This record gives sequence, structure tokens and C-alpha cells, in this order.
Amino acid sequence: MTEASMTKTDMSVSAFLMRRRGRGRFHWTDGLTYAYLLLGLVVMFVPVLWVVVSSFKTPANLAEFPPTILPFSAETAVVEGFDEPLPLFDVVGEDGETVRLAQIRRVGIQAQMIDPADPEAGRIVVPVENATPVRRVYLAFENYTNLLASSGNQIWRYVFNSLFITVVATVITLVMNSMAAFALSKYRFRGSNVALVSILATLMIPATVVLVPTYMIVAQLGLVGNLWGVILPTVATPTGVFLLRQYMLTIPDELIEAARMDHASEWRIFWRIILPLSSPALAVVAIFSILSRWNDFLLPLVVLNRRESYTLQLALASFQTEYGIQYEILLAMTTLTALPLACAFIFLQRYITTGIASTGIK
Amino acid sequence: MASLTLDKVTKSFGAVEVIPGVDLDIKDGEFVVFVGPSGCGKSTLLRLIAGLEDVSDGDIRIEGDSVVSIPAADRGVAMVFQSYALYPHMTVRENLSFGLENIRMAKPEITRRVTEAATLLQIEQLLERRPKQLSGGQRQRVAIGRAITRDPKIFLFDEPLSNLDAELRVMMRVEITKLHERLGNTMIYVTHDQIEAMTMADKIVVLRKGVIEQVGAPLDLYNHPRNLFVAGFIGSPRMNFVEGRIEALGEHTITFAADGLPPLVLDGAVEGAATGAPVTLGVRPEDFLVSHAAEKGWPATVSIAEQYGASSYLHCTLPGDRPVLIHEPGQSKAGRGDVIHVAPPAGRWHLFDAEGLALGNPRLS
Amino acid sequence: MSAGTQFAAAAGAVVALPARLVEPVMYGLQRLLGIRRMPWVFLLPNLVAVILFALLPVFINVFYSVSGSDRLFPWDRPLVGGANYATLFDCDNFLDPSTCSRDLFWRALGNSLVFVPVQVTAMILIALLTAICLNRDIRARGFFRGIFFFPVMLSPVVVALTWQWILQRNGALNGLISSAGLTPVNWLVFPNTAFFWSVFVTVWAHMGFYTIILLAGLQAIPRDVYEAARMDSATPWRVFTRITLPLLKPVLLVVFILAVIRSVQTFDELYVLTGGGPGSATMLMVQYIFEVGFASQPRNFGLAAAASLLLGVALLIFTGIQMRISRSGRDD
Ligand SMILES: Nc1ncnc2c1ncn2[C@@H]1O[C@H](COP(=O)(O)OP(=O)(O)OP(=O)(O)O)[C@@H](O)[C@H]1O
Ligand SMILES: [Mg+2]
Repeated sequence: MTEASMTKTDMSVSAFLMRRRGRGRFHWTDGLTYAYLLLGLVVMFVPVLWVVVSSFKTPANLAEFPPTILPFSAETAVVEGFDEPLPLFDVVGEDGETVRLAQIRRVGIQAQMIDPADPEAGRIVVPVENATPVRRVYLAFENYTNLLASSGNQIWRYVFNSLFITVVATVITLVMNSMAAFALSKYRFRGSNVALVSILATLMIPATVVLVPTYMIVAQLGLVGNLWGVILPTVATPTGVFLLRQYMLTIPDELIEAARMDHASEWRIFWRIILPLSSPALAVVAIFSILSRWNDFLLPLVVLNRRESYTLQLALASFQTEYGIQYEILLAMTTLTALPLACAFIFLQRYITTGIASTGIK
Repeated sequence: MASLTLDKVTKSFGAVEVIPGVDLDIKDGEFVVFVGPSGCGKSTLLRLIAGLEDVSDGDIRIEGDSVVSIPAADRGVAMVFQSYALYPHMTVRENLSFGLENIRMAKPEITRRVTEAATLLQIEQLLERRPKQLSGGQRQRVAIGRAITRDPKIFLFDEPLSNLDAELRVMMRVEITKLHERLGNTMIYVTHDQIEAMTMADKIVVLRKGVIEQVGAPLDLYNHPRNLFVAGFIGSPRMNFVEGRIEALGEHTITFAADGLPPLVLDGAVEGAATGAPVTLGVRPEDFLVSHAAEKGWPATVSIAEQYGASSYLHCTLPGDRPVLIHEPGQSKAGRGDVIHVAPPAGRWHLFDAEGLALGNPRLS
Repeated sequence: MSAGTQFAAAAGAVVALPARLVEPVMYGLQRLLGIRRMPWVFLLPNLVAVILFALLPVFINVFYSVSGSDRLFPWDRPLVGGANYATLFDCDNFLDPSTCSRDLFWRALGNSLVFVPVQVTAMILIALLTAICLNRDIRARGFFRGIFFFPVMLSPVVVALTWQWILQRNGALNGLISSAGLTPVNWLVFPNTAFFWSVFVTVWAHMGFYTIILLAGLQAIPRDVYEAARMDSATPWRVFTRITLPLLKPVLLVVFILAVIRSVQTFDELYVLTGGGPGSATMLMVQYIFEVGFASQPRNFGLAAAASLLLGVALLIFTGIQMRISRSGRDD
């Protein structure tokens, strides 16, 4: 009975997975497709999941090899006469019976144990291979609290820096790009083509190629080590202008003419008519801007040379060398850094993918 | 209120001359309709008046004052666009008040005007909706309402009804006419629907390739078209044309002949007719007299007989493979393949010379 | 749409106050300059930023490359002519980097010359395969699309640390290997395996981006073309080679150019993952520029600029050739 229902559910699960959306029979290529996609699921998703799971492991658990799949922590017991709690082991005795002992210390292949229930009985020496640690699943949230506490208020500083750069740069980008896009889409004037081409031509200039002079200009403006030093060089994105212009071209000119006859000033036309109507394109530009500012690395690496001005990304990269051994902190911070975008992604996936698909830019 | 004068107005887009030169006087309170085939420059002329395009040359005067250097917003004209151009992200109320806010009108006055316009157009209950939530006819009303709140001297309409279905069009046509009667403003209305032109206009301006072909009251244009183009353009279905020549001139008759057709004696006389001159005879479908028996006039073979019940349209062929459309009141007895005889009655015909100009009006003794 | 409107409302609230202040200024400018000059007012901020941070740097870079010393500001730097280029090209034997005075440059160049073709090829093949699978009539298509796409959202540092965690000696991969009874490998310590994982990780991180573009390209191919092919009883392979690929060619070309440009610029992930090591086995051109110009003492801006200009010119030539090819392809 249970078996029958089991196979039934099995079948419906596989039928669900295997059935194609349309009608039609199952073709062998469908099998290949699903096999590939499932492999992709493992390769793409499991590594990140693994980092998240690892970030909840205790240092001892992290040091284990081969690694455990779930985060475990050893059971301990407080034994009279010892200051620290002692880890518990299940020990198979010579008579084949299992007893639960607390380990005092390990010497080579031998371990000194003590019976927590009866400490007076004295130390027992057992071979290591007869003892298995007693463990339970345990989420080490203290990795996160330690991260926040250990660095003092530094971590909040990094978060603030990252947020500040992301938000300010994005707002400026949106306003500046849409102003330029408005001029280039809704006016006929001499020089518009030159302006458009010179803005789009910067698409061809890789940021890394002009790294040195960009740094020089930032230095000349006195902005080395200043958050504005990474904000200003990035705000005039050609892709944003391009995308917004393409969108604004689809807004009928008659609306602008109607507004002009309604005594609206040019700025008012821009602010009250064009901007609200461009909101889908603005959203796409905003998402791309947020993404790239939040994840930016090379420019901040060069410009932000003081610890107080580090972004999360810089701090994370520098943790790797400084706290190299403290994996639990590093993993927790990695998870924290990726978290905001992961959340954003869930809500905005459709926007992002259609934005990329329609423009081919990021 | 406001008169409008166009004085040798020309407009070119780059090298293309769209309006080669237009002179026009529009009196205060007139309802003027611009008609003409697509691409003839009606919208361009309207946009020149509105100030959305700059004239290449010439002058536009409203109440005698030149406005060519005044921006669109300050000319005291309001425009209703073909696509309505309602601000899609604003409610109807915001659409109506946007222009008034821009000139910093006092709030109570704005409210008063919006309410007034909304009442006039019966859109009070729609004020909080967005344009997307309106039907075509409602959007049209809002677009007109937006023009009304600005209290303009001149209303400009660019094919405002072309996006509506036939029934709604008839309704809105009547409403705009009523609105004109109530407000009494000068209105200029562009259309290529000649029923709209005929029924609404005080004065029709027929345009072709940026040139005014004729200006006049609807029935004047219908009865006395100045040339072949106007004759063919005004009136639906179109006037029938037969090319031929004047064979003989009587005192009160003209004999018209064409190859393969029996000569036709037209009652009435026109000036400037000369024997032997090549002319085009124009007869409106409803002007033909049909006789089923007597062999008087041209023999026409019926190829299709359309019975509308109250009247009938006979698609016929004259000898020489000339198509001709004939309107017969009531239900026609003719059927496919029948031969009928047709001729225009006295004075209900038009003659055009080789240049296409009308040879005066037929005079009856 | 509704998310967009909400977003607009939120953004509107943030900037409403400054906007109040801007409006009278802009209106004053309009009165002063007239409507015809207003587009320039709207363009100005963006144009200034573009000139200051994109166009001007290109010219300054040229100057850097022909001037010397470790001083940052151009007016402090003496002209040295082609000396920086000469230094880069100072080799006894161009096939053997160790005979060059700047051997790292040649190693980085050599690494890039291997890395770019391999990474781009792998990336496009995998992205194409993924896009084709996602374009089929499958269940949970949105879910799978999200799965393949989401690494694009991760920051390079997070990507690198994630894989470092997996590839380290006691990492998950070695755990799997040893539980299968094989010997664990120290992946990032050996030049060849480190290079392999460099390619793998960068493909892993970016393929989703190209998958989305290719998927859009595939979806733009009209269904009835496939139906017509089915009526002509074409095999799946023939459908792919004779219909899908040719119709996808323009999109593939865009993807190819983008992938090459970005592959050449690879820096962040490898800087954190391998640091260019072991030795210089995974050091690419951009990291070389960074090391020479910013990480080493004294900073050699001239050399960095010279190297980056060479890189820029190479990219320009590459793009030009691609454009030419694509245009000639369109003619016939
Ligand atoms: N901005 C422009 N640039 C160049 N040519 C234009 C422009 N606007 C209109 N034209 C041309 O001027 C001519 C007249 O256009 P207009 O829009 O006035 O025609 P219309 O009479 O309104 O036609 P329709 O009945 O189709 O609306 C057309 O040939 C059109 O191509
Ligand atoms: Mg028009």
C-alpha cells in the first residue's frame, strides 16, 4: 500500500519534470535537456549554497576533512575539575559496549578520557580509532555576531561606504543620463549627432585602459581616498544614455508639443512628462548602475587607499589576506556581501533579464 | 474673439517645400475645415498656426497682430491632437489642470475651470481616471476639455475623430458642432473625411499639395467646384467624369460628344465654351436621370446593382469601357446585364476645360 | 510596469526637494538662452563627465606613455619619447620571456593570448548550449534561467572567494575526490590546474549574461520557420546548423565581441582567486597594468600607460576587423 503510493508519487514527480509544456510525446532530446539543466543547477547553485552553509559552521567543523555536509558542532559536557567544557565521545570498549566519555586531551593515537557521570573514577586511556565524536547539527550564528562585533564598527563603515557610493552614483547617473537622453531624443539641433557619437564612443574605451589618467584626474580633484573619487568617474555611463534615449524616442512628440502649448517650461516637460513616462527604462538603468557600483572593485581598489573609505568588496578582499585563517568570519562576510543582491535578484529578475536581452549591455 | 489671417505663408522642410504659399482669412467665430488628400499639408498648416513649427516665410496674424515670433504657448490657441496626446501618467483632472498650473493660476480658479469644462463635456465622473482607463470617445472629450480649460481664442483640431469608430464619430461630430455654437470661438478643423467637412464647416478650405484649391461654404463647393480636383474631392460617391469635346453650341444647349458615345445634348449654357474644344463632363451619381425604356441619353450596361433599400447604386459601363456610377432613389428594377439609358437633367452637370478649370456655372434660361 | 512605477515614485521622493531648487534655475536659463539652446543645457552635465573621465584620459594616457618618472601629474613628468615602449619590447628572444627586461609583461601577454581564446570559446559554447536548452518547451523555464543567470549578479570578490573555498586543499571538491578514493589535488598551487580553474570560474561567473542575450536572439527567430523546417522533415541537427545558427549569427557576433572585450579585461576575479599566481601563471594583462602602475614601488605610470595603450589598440583593431567581417557577411 505505502509502496504503491510511493511509486505513484515518484511517477507523478518524474511526469511533472519530464512532461513538456506543450502537448506532444517525450523525445530523447528532452531527456538530454533536463539532464543538462540539472547538471547546471548543481554546478551553478551548489557552490554558493555551500558557502552559505559553511558560513554557519564552527571553526572546528570547518577544519574537518573531508568536510561535513551540514554544520555540526561537538557536544560538550562540563566536568568537575576542568575549567573548559570537554568534548564528548562515544567509545567502544573492549567488551563491545559503547560508553559516552569526555575527552581531556589527545596524545598520538591515544586519548585521555574521563567519564562525565563519574569523574572520580579517574582517567581512562582509549585508542583514538575506537572513539567517535558526539555531534549535533548546529548553526553557528556567532560567526555573524562575531563578524559584526570583532571589527568594531568597521563593518558598518564599509556597508555605509558601499551604500553611499551605490545610491549616490545611481541617483546622479539617472538624472544626468536621462537629461542627456532627453536632449538627444527630443530636440533637433546642430551638433546632436556629434554629442551622441562622442558619448557612445566611450563604450569602446575599456575602463582599465584609462585607469592611470582617471586616477590622476581624481587625484587632481583632491578625491583620492574620498568616496566621491569613485562616484564621479562612473556616473556618465554611455549605456544608460543609449538605453534611455532609445526608450524616449518611443514617447510621442505630440505629448511634448501638448505640454509646450500648456505653458510647461522645458525642464518641467522633462521632469513632469518625460521622466515619469520613462520609468521602465529608468528602472533598468538603475538596476545596472546599482549592480555595477555595488560590485565595483578595480577603481575603488586604486582610489580608496584608506581603511575608513573601503567598500565592502575591498574589505572582503583584504580580509582574505589579513584574516586568512579565520574562514568562519570570511565566509560570513561573503554571504553578507552577496545577500542584498541576491534579494534584489529575486524581485527584479524579469527586469534585469529583459533589460539585458533588449540592449545587450550591462 | 479672434480672427486669423495667413499671409503668403510658406513652409519647407529642408529642400522640400511642403506649403508653397497660402493666403487665407478666417473671420471671428468661424468654423473652418481644412480638407485634402493625405500628405497635402493640412497638419503642417495647422501646426504653423499653432506655433509648433516656424514659418519659412510669410506672416500669421491673430486679431491683426503678427504671431510668427510668439511661442506656441502664448499665441492663445489650443490644439486637439489626432492621437489626443493626453499625458498617460496623469489623471484626467491633472491632464486638465497641468497647463493652468504651469501659468501659476490660483487653485480655486483652476478647480472652477476644470469643473466647468468637465461638466460641459460630461466627464465629471471620469476626473480621477487615467487615460488608459478611458474609451476612445472619452479620451477625445478629455483632449477637448484640456483645450477648453485654457480658454483659447482659437481651437485647432487635427483629425480628432479619425481614431473613433463610425458611430462614435457621428456623435462626436454633433457634439463638436454644438460646442462651437455654445462657445462661439474660432475653430479650425482638419479632416479628410468629407462628411465631417460638409456637415460641420461654415467654410471649407480644400488643399492639394500645400496649395489652396478652393475656399467656400460647403454647398458652394458642392454645387460650384472651381476645378476637376475639387469636383472629384467633394461629394461622395465621387462625381463621374467623361472626357470628350463640345460638338455644337446651341443657344441654351451644348452638345457633348465622346468617342463611341452618342452625342448628348445638355440643357443650359456656360461661358467660355467653344465648339470643338476638348472638355471633361462631370455628373454626380445622383444627378443622372435613369430611363429603363426610352432610348434617350447614353446606354449604360449594369454590371453590379447595389440595393440599399432606400436607394440603389448602379455600377455601369458606358460604351468604350467607361465606368460610371449611378444613384437611383428607391429600389431599382435594373439587374446585372440590363441596359439602361442615362442623361443629366438641365443644369445638373459640370464642364471642365483642358486645364481642369470649371467653365463657369451652367446657366438656365 | 508596476514595479517601475513604484520605483519611480520612490526615486521621485528622494529627489523631489533638489528638483524644486533646480526648476527655477532651469527656467531662468530657458528665458536667458531660449528654447533652442536648452538641449545643450540638458547635455552639459553628462558631457562634462564624459569628457573629463573618458575622452580626456585617453589623451592623457598617450602622454603618460611617452613620459617618465614616478610622478603622477603630467606637468611634473619629463618626456622620454618611446623609452617606455622600448623597455616593454626590450627582449633578446621574443619567444622566451625570461630574456626580456620586463619578462612579466610578456608572460602576462602570453597568458592573455591563451586565456582569451580558450575562455571565450568555452563561454560561447556553453552559453549557446544553455540558451538552446532554455529555449525548449520545458518546465520551470524561469527558474532555470534564474539559476544560470544569478552568478552574474555576484560581485567578483564573492565569486572568487566562493571558489577559493571550494578549491582549497581541504575544500569541498577535494572532499568529494577523497571520498571517491582518489588523491586530493591542491588545485590553485599548480600552474596548469590554476589556469584551468581561472577559466572555469570566469566562465561560471559570466556565462549567464551571454545566455540571456542568446536566448533573446533565439526567441526572436519566428516559430513558423521551425514549423516549415519540420514540414520539410529536417533532422534536429540540420535544423540547428541550417536555420538556428545562421539566423542567430548577428546576435552571436555581438556576444563574441562583448565576450572578447570583457575577457581581455579580466581582473577582479583572478586577482582575488589566484592573485596572478602561482608565480605568474594566471597573471593577465590588466593585472600587469595594475601591478606596474599601482601595486609596485616606485609606481611606473608610464609603463602602465604604454601597456594599456597597446591593449586598447589591440581591442580596437579586433573590433574593427570583426565589424568589417560582419559587414562583408551581410553583403552576400
Ligand atoms: N518634420 C517634417 N520633415 C519633413 N517633411 C515633413 C515633416 N512633417 C511633414 N512633412 C511632409 O510634409 C507633407 C505634409 O505633411 P502633413 O502632415 O501636413 O500632411 P497631412 O495633410 O496632415 O496628411 P494626413 O492627412 O495624412 O495627416 C508630407 O509630405 C510630409 O511628408
Ligand atoms: Mg495630418
